[in-house]
Amino acid sequence: MSDVPPAEPQPEPSGPQIGVDEWVARSAERAETHGGLVGRARGVYERVPKPAVFLFVVALAALIPVLASQSDNDIYFVRVGTVALVFALLALGLNVAVGFAGLLDLGYIAYYGVGAYGYAMLSSDKFGLHWQAWQSIVVVVVVSALLGFALALPSRRLVGDYLAIVTLFFGQIFYVIVTQGYRVSFLGLNKDLGFDRANWDLTGGPNGIANVDRFTAFGFTASSERAYFYVTLTAVVVVFAGLSLVNRSRTGRAWRALRDDHLAAQAMSVPINWLKLMAVGVGAAVAALAGTINSALLQGAFPDDYNTQVLIIIYAMVILGGAGSLVGAVVGAVVVEVLMLEGLRPQTPISDWTFNGRWVVYGGILLVLVVAIRPWRRLAAILGGVVAFGVVVHAIVAATTTKGTDGLLNTAPETFEEGGWLGWLIRHWLALPADTYAQGTKVPFNIALAGLIALVLCLTLLRGWKRDVLLVPTIWLAGFVWETRLVLEASGPTRLLLLGALLIVLMTARPQGLFGKPRVEIV
Amino acid sequence: MSESTNGSSVLLRLEGVNTFYGQMHILQDTNLSVAEGELVCLLGGNASGKSTTLKTVLGIVRPRSGTVTFADEDITSRSTSYRIRKGMAIVPENRRLFGPMTVLENLQMGAYLHGGGEPEDYERVYSLFPLVYERRSQLAGTLSGGEQQMVAMGRALMARPKLMLMDEPSMGLAPILVERSFEIIQQVHQAGVAMLIVEQNANVSLSIADRGYVLSTGRIVLEGKAAELIQNEDLRKAYLGR
Repeated sequence: MSDVPPAEPQPEPSGPQIGVDEWVARSAERAETHGGLVGRARGVYERVPKPAVFLFVVALAALIPVLASQSDNDIYFVRVGTVALVFALLALGLNVAVGFAGLLDLGYIAYYGVGAYGYAMLSSDKFGLHWQAWQSIVVVVVVSALLGFALALPSRRLVGDYLAIVTLFFGQIFYVIVTQGYRVSFLGLNKDLGFDRANWDLTGGPNGIANVDRFTAFGFTASSERAYFYVTLTAVVVVFAGLSLVNRSRTGRAWRALRDDHLAAQAMSVPINWLKLMAVGVGAAVAALAGTINSALLQGAFPDDYNTQVLIIIYAMVILGGAGSLVGAVVGAVVVEVLMLEGLRPQTPISDWTFNGRWVVYGGILLVLVVAIRPWRRLAAILGGVVAFGVVVHAIVAATTTKGTDGLLNTAPETFEEGGWLGWLIRHWLALPADTYAQGTKVPFNIALAGLIALVLCLTLLRGWKRDVLLVPTIWLAGFVWETRLVLEASGPTRLLLLGALLIVLMTARPQGLFGKPRVEIV
Repeated sequence: MSESTNGSSVLLRLEGVNTFYGQMHILQDTNLSVAEGELVCLLGGNASGKSTTLKTVLGIVRPRSGTVTFADEDITSRSTSYRIRKGMAIVPENRRLFGPMTVLENLQMGAYLHGGGEPEDYERVYSLFPLVYERRSQLAGTLSGGEQQMVAMGRALMARPKLMLMDEPSMGLAPILVERSFEIIQQVHQAGVAMLIVEQNANVSLSIADRGYVLSTGRIVLEGKAAELIQNEDLRKAYLGR
């Protein structure tokens, strides 16, 4: 209207006026900008339509199995890719409930399991049913979505922690049912109901269901690793495209509004309970689809693939990628599965990358430093300090002991190598003793590990330059403990501990996740 | 009592409403009405029952006795979403925009019932608030308080309301912005929307209102034409008292 002042930014506003707000009008200019090459690259990227980027990435992913040969190493590589895509599917599904609608659903793993067990029951020797893949997938996905509705129905009024507890209970119930489901008696009435035995074996109990069919449809059978890679990639592409359309729709908006402020959403007459049920149902359907793929890929369904530990990993993927972001869910899944779960293994049989776990650790530390430490001068000072500290320690140890720096890099159990020029760098940065944790006395290495934990705890208490100074020996000690002690243990639980530690640090540096939107509130 | 002032029909009527929070008797035998196209303000100090009245109108809180009538229909036991479908919209206390969503998405949420809104809905909002148009692709959470107030009103207008409920529109705004804000409320009102405004700021709200009610500890202690109320000596005492 006429008396609303025009919104052009004026050089010197005479006083506060509605409609003229310099700060907001110029927020785009104030946003952090990148000059030079990064800025130009970003500008070019932003002009490319998003579907084109999407197709390009899909095409790149589709090339992976083509480039892989039939050697064991390469088949392993393709398998890791397939598993990463299954996790991507799971992360996309979980993102609907957690990221879009903001429901802390800890029972999600049950739908994954329902998908896997459902497919295993319908397409295996278990009950002699050998349904075609498309038949059992449709049935299992629909059943799982309905189960999602049914479980969400009693908990639809719960939010936050309360919902988490109830859904965690559902998730655990599934695990109990599956592990105990090899002696089911329908209220002890089996004989009366006309069954021929007192106890029925439905789930195979702790042994699970083996000999599950490969995906078979219309006379074709997917049997190679490549085939499963493409099947899973197709599923991810379809689900991703579908969810990004939903996200832009009225329903997607309502989900996000619900997550942000469910009372305000209700005041817009958004049917919040129905939307919650739908979010859980859609997530359950996607999880079930992932379950059927996993079941056919492993040719079996086993209880421990569907327990809370796996749930936590899926959550880690969604949170790392940034809850609410579809790209984030996929990237989070690939990063966690490929880099952390597989990459942290000390000896994965990928051609010559014999110590890739090492590179993940050093790369991870470096990445976190680059992300977390802002003025580059400070970063350079810390990195320089780390290198100098190592060289000085190495020199002192070399001068005062006889075999204190003669250690080699541990690349496999009982295997020590020089490790090329990068190995040379590591050996001259860290003072590796000739007797390692595995060979000689364990005490100094255990003290080093305890010292590392103490240093990390101290780091959280300090601020400013003191923290920067303490960071230097901490990073060095982390490298030392990794090389002497953790590298061999990284195939077990230590890997998950490291994953957790990396996640904590990364989330502290970037709480919204890699692709999440940070919350901006100026009120 | 609940007669309309200018002869037009009554849009909203609360009759003998008693509302409780558990054991606490909040609204006590409250009678209130808003005629079509009328601007009514509801004044009162803290804990006088202003917000509870709004919640009762919207159906977030159900009265233990009494009736709520809207557009000649008894809606006492109807759900919030039913009432909104019937033509109510609210500008909540503190505006409560969806911060991580853009201004446009906030407007689309306002028009949720109409599938995201028709072009006419957007034209209406944009012509009332040209600034909202300029900010449409910005995240609502990044706007200043005054701008958020406009987006919140625009969002409410997207639902094509017959009655707009406003909860403390002056809250959190600088004094000079409060006056501007009420001018905008007046504009929206002149566009033909009936309004029920809950406010602590008696002077500003009575200056634009047709009628006013003053609540004190859950009872309506004063009511009348805004022009008369503003002269009332007891008003200050009544609405400042607890």
